[in-house]
Parts: sequence; structure tokens; C-alpha cells
Amino acid sequence: MSSLVGISVRQALTALNDGECSSQELTRACLERIDHLEPELHAFITRTSESALQAAFEADQRRHNWRQSQPPLPALLGLPIAVKDVLALKGVRCTCGSKILENFIPPFTSTAVQRLLDAGVVVVGKTNTDEFAMGSSTENSGYGATHNPWDLERVPGGSSGGSAAAVASGMVPAALGTDTGGSVRQPASFCGLTGLKPTYGRVSRYGLVAYGSSLDSLGVLAHSAEDTALLFNVMAGYDPLDATSMNLPVPEIHLNSGDLKGLRVGVPHEYFIEGIQPEVEQAVRQAIELLHSLGAEVKPVSLPHTEFALPVYYLIAPAEASANLARYDGVRFGMRQPADNLMDIFFKSRGKGFGAEVKRRIMLGTYALSAGYYDAYYGQAQKVRTLIKADFEQTFQSVDVVAAPVAPSTAFRLGEHSDDPLAMYLEDVFTLPANLAGVPGLAFPVGFDSKGLPVGMQLMGMHFREELLFRVAHAYQQVTDWHMKRPELG
Amino acid sequence: MSLTLTEVEHIAELARLELTDEEKEHYRQQLSAILDYAARLQMVNTSQTLPTASVLPARSVLRPDIPAPSLDVKDLLSNAPQSEDDQFRVPPILEQEP
Repeated sequence: MSSLVGISVRQALTALNDGECSSQELTRACLERIDHLEPELHAFITRTSESALQAAFEADQRRHNWRQSQPPLPALLGLPIAVKDVLALKGVRCTCGSKILENFIPPFTSTAVQRLLDAGVVVVGKTNTDEFAMGSSTENSGYGATHNPWDLERVPGGSSGGSAAAVASGMVPAALGTDTGGSVRQPASFCGLTGLKPTYGRVSRYGLVAYGSSLDSLGVLAHSAEDTALLFNVMAGYDPLDATSMNLPVPEIHLNSGDLKGLRVGVPHEYFIEGIQPEVEQAVRQAIELLHSLGAEVKPVSLPHTEFALPVYYLIAPAEASANLARYDGVRFGMRQPADNLMDIFFKSRGKGFGAEVKRRIMLGTYALSAGYYDAYYGQAQKVRTLIKADFEQTFQSVDVVAAPVAPSTAFRLGEHSDDPLAMYLEDVFTLPANLAGVPGLAFPVGFDSKGLPVGMQLMGMHFREELLFRVAHAYQQVTDWHMKRPELG
Repeated sequence: MSLTLTEVEHIAELARLELTDEEKEHYRQQLSAILDYAARLQMVNTSQTLPTASVLPARSVLRPDIPAPSLDVKDLLSNAPQSEDDQFRVPPILEQEP
């Protein structure tokens, strides 16, 4: 192969299977790329170079033995990936982007990561994230901000911004992210990648540090729908260790058909609102037109409660976060500030250990759940959530997928929203509804704006119909090359 | 709506967060703005609507009652700020009598 930098998952697996490169060569190329670009991008919090090289060595051994006797070969044997630093990997520190977990070493491995390890992946490191995945820019990390490979002055999106920057810059062919309100899809969009937020309950969250438990999902960022599906296939499915994981079969994904005849695509006018960047709207509308030319039937639909997704989310997610983050008390793990009595340990450790956005959301959630305000805020938000979910159920009676922009604009500048939380929250306006309804969403690149920044579109579908989203995006990517574009980096 | 400083202090107390005076004022303004925005939810008629706590079908989840090895005690305690005799160590919880 001419260069191993920036290759796709499919290319990497083909090269490994054809003996064009070894996992050690591929892993070394990734580690060198990381060495080279990390000072500019800061995609990683913790790097696991040594264990990665060891794993690559073992993968090569295994492949060598396979050539002798042909035992079944794991699906992703020797593939280097990166893992967002909110997922537990036994023995490797897991910070969640927070100083409160600066020295936390998980005593077990998350199910999704374990399934990928069993399939042969090589983990090169843990990627940067907004603290406890709370943010839309990866600026809220306790370990410094990540930069967008397409423009170093801009954010990569968030909270899975480290994973997005790592894949977009060719440090790894794929990375894991999590999506509570758009944290896979929005960074995928800002960095020109394909990113999946699976159906709630589809991928086990055992070993994922909890943020908003009724919303959290665990997904993949990669270059194409095909690449994303290759990892999703391995991760998806029932896990008895996660009580919210659904015991349903995961259909095999066939991505060969380029024909979309019979597919009904809904275009919700609520996602093309005033204030959206005109170039974003234009690129998304062109992409929808292309789906039409591939045989899909395109029709207008309405998701009337879309405008309420933002206030609903920013009451429910902080409420759940305030409960989930009560565990950081300085007793069993995490930072402890010295104090004479236990109560002061709680106050001081939490006051000092959490960053500004996390404290803000804990405060907001505590208020929304507090006596006298529960019904007006949290209770009402849960009811409006029912209406948002019903919008989708209604819409999916007449269409198979819904197509919409991922974000109202392309990547914004670092610091642009840093002291205006509401402006930052508005970045999530198009991604939140899928989390509230629990439906899957797949983001993929559909063009660039005049500044050369990627534009993303998302497809949303019925619960547990990820394979349909992959099929539509794959058909699109068979006739376009936006997903093949790579940023120019040193 | 505008939160008072006393309300902010009350929330911080409930959330077990020690905040500086500067943080309190900052959060007072920011939380007021966010809650103002959230007030638009009151416009939605939900008198006939049930709340959604989970998007999954309601069901009981039980695991088989089979003994299995638990996590290693040493691994778990290695993350504790202070431990002693396989236990977590904390300062006195109850105030001592004078």
C-alpha cells in the first residue's frame, strides 16, 4: 500500500487479509501519525502505545497461525481503533475528561470494548471528551480542548470530539463515541465523518460512565457507513450486564444494493428553520435530491414538537446527571479533598473536582428535581418527551427514514460560545430529538461550506432499524466522494 | 424568571457542591437564563399526556440467580482515596460529644 495514513476500516482489513501490511505496521503508522499531529490536535487524554504494539504483535501471530490451519478469524483482527475516555478498559485510566477521575483505573472492561477486543481490535488510546460527555465542542475537558483537523482554530464538535479528530486526521481508521444528545453525530458532522447513534437499548452500556441514563447510547465514528457498520455489527446485541439492553436479534447488514426504489424519505420542515446556515441547508437538500435520483420517494413530513426538544433535554439530562454524579463523593474512588468530616469531603471534593459545565448541569438538574419545582420542570419535560416520541411514531407510519441536517451550522470557533451556555446548547437543536425518542441516527458528510468545512446530514429511523440507515447512507456514498475527502495536515 | 442568591445556595447545598461567591453569582445568572428558556414548555398542553421515563417497553429485568466471581477487592480498593483492612476509610460521620 502506498500509505497507511487515513485509510478506511475496509481498506485496512483488506490490506491485513491480503498480507499487504501487518497489524504491527498499521499500528506503528497510527502511533507515528498520533506523535506527529497530537501537539496540534490534542485528540487523546491517555495513549496506550505499548499495549497497542503488543496487541498488534499478537494479532499478527494469530493471523500467521491462521494461514497454516485456517481456524475462524475474528472479524476485526489487527485493526487499530481509539476509544472515548468515558468507556472502561481494564487497567487503563479512565478520566471522563474530569479532574475528579484523574487517577481512576477501571477494574473491568466495558462490554462494547470487550466485544471489539474479542474481535481483534488494537486500542491505541483513550480520546478527549467534554467532561462527563457534557458539551458540544470538547472545550469542557479538564485536559484541554481538541482542535478540528479541517481548521485548527475551530472545535471538532463534542462531546466525542477527540474520537472525531483522531479519525478525521488519519490517526486511526475508526473510534468509539457516545451520544446522549448528539455527541457522536455532531462531531462526525463537524469533522466530515460518518457517525452512528444506535437505538437506545441496542448496544450495551455496561462500563460506560453514566451521564443521562434514559438517553445515553454508544456509537461509532468512521469514514463511511460500511466502516461504521463493521464495528456496530460486533458491538450490538443483548448483554445481561446492562438491564436496558434489549434481547433482540441483530440483523446482518448487507450493503451491496445501490438502488433505493421503494424507500420513503421524510423531510421535516421543522429542521429547516430560520437561522440555519444557508450552505448547510443547500448541501442537505442536494443530498436528499440525490436519494430521490437513486429511486427514493421524498415527501414532506412534520415533527411538530421539535422546537421543544431543547428545553426538554436540558431538564431531563441534567436531572439524570445530578443523580448519576452523586456517586462522586470522594469515598470509594475519585478525587478526595482533605477535610475533617465526611460532609465537608463531599462538598469540597465535588466543588473542586468538577468543572464549570458539570457543576452547572448538576445545579440545573437538582433544581428541576427539587421539591416545589419537580412537576413544573422535570414532570412537564417528561410529558413533552412523550409528544416528541409520538411525533416520530406517527411519522414512521408514512416514511421509512427522516433526513435532516445534523447541526444548524458548520464547526464554530474555539471559544465562540464559551461563556454563553444557552448558545452552546442551541448547537444540539437537531440532534436531541433522536435521543429523546430513542431512535437511531446516522450522520454522514454531504458537502462543504465556502470555508471548506464539512457539512453533515443525518438519517433517523425506526427503533432497531440501523441496517436501513446504513443501507441508505451506503447507497449515497457509492455515488459521492465526500466521505473520501481528507483534511490537509502536515 | 430570576433566581436569588439564596436559592442558588440552597441548590448547591442539595447537590453537595462547595461554590465560590463568584461561581454562585455566575450560576445565578446562567441558570436564570436557562430556566427562562425552559419556561416555554409550559405552553404545551399535556393534560392528557403521560410522562416518558424510558423509551423502552416497560418490563421487569431479572438475572438468573447463579453465583459468579465478583470483581477483585484489591483492584477496587486501589482506586479508593483511603482504605484499611479491605474497607474504605473515611473520617468520623457523627460529631463527637464535647
